[in-house]
Amino acid sequence: MPNSEYMIRSSPHFKDKDSVPKIMYTVIIALLPAVFTSVYYFRLKAVVLYFACLVACLATEAIFLWVRKKPFQSLWDGSAAITALLLAMTLPPDLSLDLAVIGSVVAIAIGKQVFGGLGYNIFNPALVGRAFIQTAFPVAMTTWIPPVTLHVDTATFATPLGNLKFQDAVVQGTLAPLKDLLLGNTGGCLGETSAVALFIGALILLTKKTINWRIPVGIILALSVFTGLFWLVNPNKFATPVFHILAGGLLIGAFFMATDMVTSPITPRGTWIYALGIGLMVGLIRLFGGFAEGVMYSILFMNTIVPLLNRSFRPRILGERRKPQ
Amino acid sequence: MRRKTFPHGIHPPEYKSLTEAKALEAMPPPEKVSIPLLQHFGSPAKPLVKKGEEVSLGQKIGESTALFSASVHASVSGKVLSVDGVHHPLGKPIPAVTIANDGEDRPAPEIQGSADPLSLDPETICQIVKEAGIVGLGGAAFPTAVKLSPPKDKPIDTVIINGCECEPVLTADHRVMLEYTEDILRGAELVRKAAGAERTIIGIEDNKKDAVRAFLEVMDNGSAEIVLLKTKYPQGAEKNLINAILGREVPRGGLPFDVGVVVQNVGTAKAIWDAVKFGKPLYERALTAAGEGVREPKNLMVRIGTPFQDVLDFCGGIEDNTNVLIMGGPMMGLSQWSPDVPVIKGTSGILAWTVPVPPMEHSCIRCSRCVDHCPMRLVPTQLMKYVKYEFLSDAENWGILDCVECGSCQYICPAAIPLVHWIRLGKNQVMGLKRKKSANNAE
Repeated sequence: MPNSEYMIRSSPHFKDKDSVPKIMYTVIIALLPAVFTSVYYFRLKAVVLYFACLVACLATEAIFLWVRKKPFQSLWDGSAAITALLLAMTLPPDLSLDLAVIGSVVAIAIGKQVFGGLGYNIFNPALVGRAFIQTAFPVAMTTWIPPVTLHVDTATFATPLGNLKFQDAVVQGTLAPLKDLLLGNTGGCLGETSAVALFIGALILLTKKTINWRIPVGIILALSVFTGLFWLVNPNKFATPVFHILAGGLLIGAFFMATDMVTSPITPRGTWIYALGIGLMVGLIRLFGGFAEGVMYSILFMNTIVPLLNRSFRPRILGERRKPQ
Repeated sequence: MRRKTFPHGIHPPEYKSLTEAKALEAMPPPEKVSIPLLQHFGSPAKPLVKKGEEVSLGQKIGESTALFSASVHASVSGKVLSVDGVHHPLGKPIPAVTIANDGEDRPAPEIQGSADPLSLDPETICQIVKEAGIVGLGGAAFPTAVKLSPPKDKPIDTVIINGCECEPVLTADHRVMLEYTEDILRGAELVRKAAGAERTIIGIEDNKKDAVRAFLEVMDNGSAEIVLLKTKYPQGAEKNLINAILGREVPRGGLPFDVGVVVQNVGTAKAIWDAVKFGKPLYERALTAAGEGVREPKNLMVRIGTPFQDVLDFCGGIEDNTNVLIMGGPMMGLSQWSPDVPVIKGTSGILAWTVPVPPMEHSCIRCSRCVDHCPMRLVPTQLMKYVKYEFLSDAENWGILDCVECGSCQYICPAAIPLVHWIRLGKNQVMGLKRKKSANNAE
């Protein structure tokens, strides 16, 4: 008769099967449609950039895990791979590889590991890496090439948002057609151009409840209202909200970067403030700032106040009075 | 029928099909029972018998002394072997009366029923329930007499009979509902009378539609209402159940009294009827013995004090590689070190299975799933961090004492963080600080 000692463990004794690596790989799968479209539009340049970022990010992560004496299996939890993919997707397709590697090292080292690794970073690591190269090498980061499908033979090319900002595209009537923005047949960062591909990935994340729906909804809502007001007042000068949603990095930012769990708030009210804040800042920067695009800085800025939001907006506990009396 | 429910919560796998079709079987009384004088948190009962004394079935052997305490009764007739500490399912040695069964089940002479229970006045019903040592049979084993006599300034309008059995695997309540339908209704009527309430509502999850039909078949029109609830964990948690059925919120730190409600488990309702009608004290209860490690899973009627080992043997023994033994359900049950512990009044299940190596714990990635699923609308990950870094006043402000330890957060956590464990630790520390403070104030 077995009269052995049994394991003493704290309840609950059941556990859902989902895990951190599973979440990370779901995000990677959701990124794949956009990755494939970027390879279609930019061919070998895209493949090489992805490869460089992946290798550099994983290598940096591995070195830090070794130095910090952390379990090596964390390398395969998928988080470093996501950083690599997201970073590559926000780089100009013609960027030289050494800059991509520098960005990757900064993303993992400064963006993530110095804070204590996955779960402790304040800023979205991929955006930290991107912000670094943007600041250090501004010309390289704003030099664009047309996708091979356009068959234009120019060395440089403007993004739809650059056109809008610096060439008065609305007045000139040269604004990129929405069809090109949807399919990705336009200039821009590697993975941000095709709205359809990003929507497919977003659908995966939303149906699997991997991301918090409030974040993309809040961002798109705030940006639409902000840009919509100006468009209503003067449609001859300002672009439509639909253009602002589909152009540039808004969609990849709203669905894949702002939704980074580690750097977004944990309570519903905090999440709304965070999301609406990002949308509003993107609108402000695009319409009145010095840059054509504002998604990266908006997300990074709102990342900084996430700890404050987390501490300030505790949900109402069941049975708690709605208003203190 | 529209299904009601509460916000948040989880959907763990049910595993109820193993036993839900198996009728309750009366397990033969064991050779020896050890009846702990403490069946729940609170103060132990005072022993009334000595070593060597003969006791009869249903004889009171432990007298409750404090408010939050219940008397205990002999579950077999025979000779008292010892009044001494035994292993207790709650984890610490507790004095227990060990009785050698003489196999006669000689009923105690003081056991007397009443011919017309429904004509009794509320005080008498409460007195009988207290004498019978009845406690909530849902698992927490809160003394029922306390629940039946609310303070005068808290009028009760509704009695909710809890037939949710939202814990996975357990099916004993389900069987009680099918096999003792009328007794539950009569017991519910006694509860309603004792509490002075107007309406009785029976809440049942929609994975037990046959129980709903059973009630509808035997029910007089208007005597009680049935409310169908979504199958979701923890639907049967008192505060969530009240919220789901009536839309009322029990205030923080309050009790169902505060919103005019008394909640009783279906098994408790049956026990109340048995006590008032037949004078039968609470010396046996329905439980589910199941889990992959139990060779023949069963629903059983078991005498209080029966060792787990005897129950498991009656169920064909356990698989050799079993490494976990649980009292209660898989979500809130207590893991046991040894199968020598006795069945107590709160033992709703005995589960055994083999767990693989626990998943690797990651650091929190702030996915906020614990926030989205907490039925009390707490922020478990934040509470965990407050406890970890000893910000106890923050933990208190963020409602650590409101946690009911249902385990939804830890179940859903992709980083496999022992959130409930941290929260329990924090609750202990916060309570310790509070006691210290009030002691200092008293000086």
